[in-house]
Amino acid sequence: MVEINLWSGLRRFADGKDRVEVEGKTVGEILDDLVRIHPGLGPVIKAGVAVSVDGEILPNARHAAVTEDSEVFLLQRLRGG
Amino acid sequence: MALDGKTSDYKQIGTTPDRPDGLDKVTGRARYGADIHVPGMLHGVVVRSPHAHARIVKIDATKALALKGVKAVITRADFPEGLEGEDWDIQENCMAGEKALYDGHAVAAVAATSQLIARDAAKLVEVTYEVLPCVTNVDEAMKEGAPVIRDGAADYSVPEGLHPNVVRYFDTGRGDLDKGFAEADLVVEKSYSTEAVHQGYIEPHACMGQMGSDGRGEMWVCTQGHWFIRRMSAAVLGIETTKLRVTPSEIGGGFGGKTTVFMEPLSLALSKKAGGKPVKIVMSRSEVLRSTGPTASASMDIKMGMTKDGKITAAHGTFRMQGGAFPGAPVDVTTMLAFANYDIENVHHIGYDVITNRPRQAAYRAPGAPMAAFAVESTIDDMARELGIDPIEIRLRNAVKDGTRSTFGPKFGPVGLVESLEAAKAHANYSAPLGPNQGRGVASGYWMNWGGETSASVAISEDGSVTVSVGTPDIGGSRASMALMAAEAFGIAYEDVRVNISDTGALGVNEPTHGSRATYASGLATIKAAEECIGKLCQRAADKWGIDVDAVVWEDGAAKPSGPNAGDHDPLTIGEIAAEMGGTGGPISGHYEGSPTGFSGSFGTHVVDVEIDPETGHTTVLRYLVVQDAGKAIHPDYVEGQFQGGAAQGIGWALNEEYIYGEDGRLQNPIFLDYRIPVASDLPMIDTVIVEVPNPGHPYGVRGVGETGITPPLPALANAIRSATGLRMTGLPMTPPKILKALKEQGNG
Repeated sequence: MVEINLWSGLRRFADGKDRVEVEGKTVGEILDDLVRIHPGLGPVIKAGVAVSVDGEILPNARHAAVTEDSEVFLLQRLRGG
Repeated sequence: MALDGKTSDYKQIGTTPDRPDGLDKVTGRARYGADIHVPGMLHGVVVRSPHAHARIVKIDATKALALKGVKAVITRADFPEGLEGEDWDIQENCMAGEKALYDGHAVAAVAATSQLIARDAAKLVEVTYEVLPCVTNVDEAMKEGAPVIRDGAADYSVPEGLHPNVVRYFDTGRGDLDKGFAEADLVVEKSYSTEAVHQGYIEPHACMGQMGSDGRGEMWVCTQGHWFIRRMSAAVLGIETTKLRVTPSEIGGGFGGKTTVFMEPLSLALSKKAGGKPVKIVMSRSEVLRSTGPTASASMDIKMGMTKDGKITAAHGTFRMQGGAFPGAPVDVTTMLAFANYDIENVHHIGYDVITNRPRQAAYRAPGAPMAAFAVESTIDDMARELGIDPIEIRLRNAVKDGTRSTFGPKFGPVGLVESLEAAKAHANYSAPLGPNQGRGVASGYWMNWGGETSASVAISEDGSVTVSVGTPDIGGSRASMALMAAEAFGIAYEDVRVNISDTGALGVNEPTHGSRATYASGLATIKAAEECIGKLCQRAADKWGIDVDAVVWEDGAAKPSGPNAGDHDPLTIGEIAAEMGGTGGPISGHYEGSPTGFSGSFGTHVVDVEIDPETGHTTVLRYLVVQDAGKAIHPDYVEGQFQGGAAQGIGWALNEEYIYGEDGRLQNPIFLDYRIPVASDLPMIDTVIVEVPNPGHPYGVRGVGETGITPPLPALANAIRSATGLRMTGLPMTPPKILKALKEQGNG
């Protein structure tokens, strides 16, 4: 199981939780499992999010590997000028 | 991704050769967006709404089309229907549908054989409007009874009960705020506001589009990102992306504002309607200010708690931003980065993205960060004064460092905030004596940077010189930086490398030069592609010597035998291998494609001294110091240029620049005479110190530097004015009339 840390505003889409345990070996797999467990998060993921894995921010990397020991945060989509 | 390149003993990195595009630019030979001329070319002019909010009842182009020389008129009816989400927003912004949503919104466009004829024809397009109530202020737009700009524009994130103009809502944070504030010896709450400002690039938007009836097109355009132009234009027109080839011109500034489309799809639609003739559109300055993206304006509430020895115990921020008539104000970034400088256990952010009757905002240098920095760094300054702690010292006591958990979640890696604060403290400017009516301000800032989709190629020429092809337009000297990195990798002279910005037909997808990513991401791509070439060059040498490639090393621009069994061979230079490559296996090139994720943010600290004229309220900037972490400065002159440019723009935002709207929602200052950006005589020499805390995610340690520099100036100026006058200015811009008024109120108080 991999633990995903959600930003606080997502609690209302995840039964009040700010951490969710999911299955998966890649960023894509854990996001898919997150939406399976909490379908209310579907629009959030569809709108675009970034994910940080062990401190490295992955703006768009569904292929990136995660392990059970990974520290994973869901972050808002990033932009720059 | 580990730091796998050289970390010292550089021969090219850190030198400051002339930029390869320098001669073209100083002689006028460089070709910008408006410099294109082709046979049969038409000129396009856009018809724009004079109303901030109006239903478009009827558009009659009969008289315009009757004018000699007019070849086409387009309206929204000439674009496909059925777009959704951001694609619809882009199309609607390029050409209004049912309603004009802001003063300057495009409602039609004309193509004619000359620009004069096109202008005359645009005046003959008769548009019948039903004027609607408008709102341009973010706080007003959220109030009950405010005109609804577009019902149903809100996304999933907006809780029930908010005004329909609130289209996105953010809530982030961690810890226990009540506990944190209970632990504080000092709690300060204040409200702040910033006005919308324009990127102010010197070159107005310009493009030339050509599209035949077969739906295949070409575009020449001034842009930060031609793949974005291709994708967005294709979406607006309903064509496949590969039907359109986009070539970037030289670019006279962008700062984020040239990462989207405005009139580019219009030139293609006009061209198609005019039988495939190319159509050039060049915006006037007034059009740029009225209809292209300024940044958002903000209204903010900050509450912070601190112990008496200056440790932040809790922080809360509410950020309301309007980004014009469409979703997209960068409040999402604001709510991530507002308190990112500091190690805070209990922190919470609320953000509202609000639509108003203003032009659709576009990214502007560290979008969303400077506004929050103004509010947070001003509050910290007030707290430092109240507690009697030096402003740099109070920041050092709370500064994030390697291993600190960020306020947005993950832990930081190696970062340079502490180093930038210590360097600022040690600089002579920080101890320079101050006279009457003079004051000093300090502020720190952060931008998290970006990697993004990147594709680059490196090719060896027959004489051993090297061509680098990247897809990130050169705004601040990146061709020089790419050439230096390639020269370093190959061990050849800087002059032996030529860097080209390729069109969309020559490379895979590249994101724009945005997010402070070009030197980091295209630089990494250049190095990786060069390393692929070097592997092939070594193989050619190994083949010639009849040894295994593992017994060949690349040093100083040549393949050399290495190891006990390699044999005794004279080195083969890149030129010698290249001269024979046609007969030893063919051309040699290398390629990189990826979305590098090892970008790392850049922290900076600014120190500014000002003098306030008590009779006029005018602020003179006496000294200005920028200290910022560059990871590794590839070309230090251009790093310093980024530092200075960010500071100059921030000074303008702080002291002068603002969008001024009348009650009718019309922009009252759409020219540079009235929209006052700083000029050289407004600024002192901006001193710089480059801090280098290498980024382990880049072979040479690079971290982007382009955006951080605009974040600290807003609060640094406010803090300096507070130091000089005792006034805490909570609204930008801090113009002479505002300061004079506050001084008078202070005197009366």
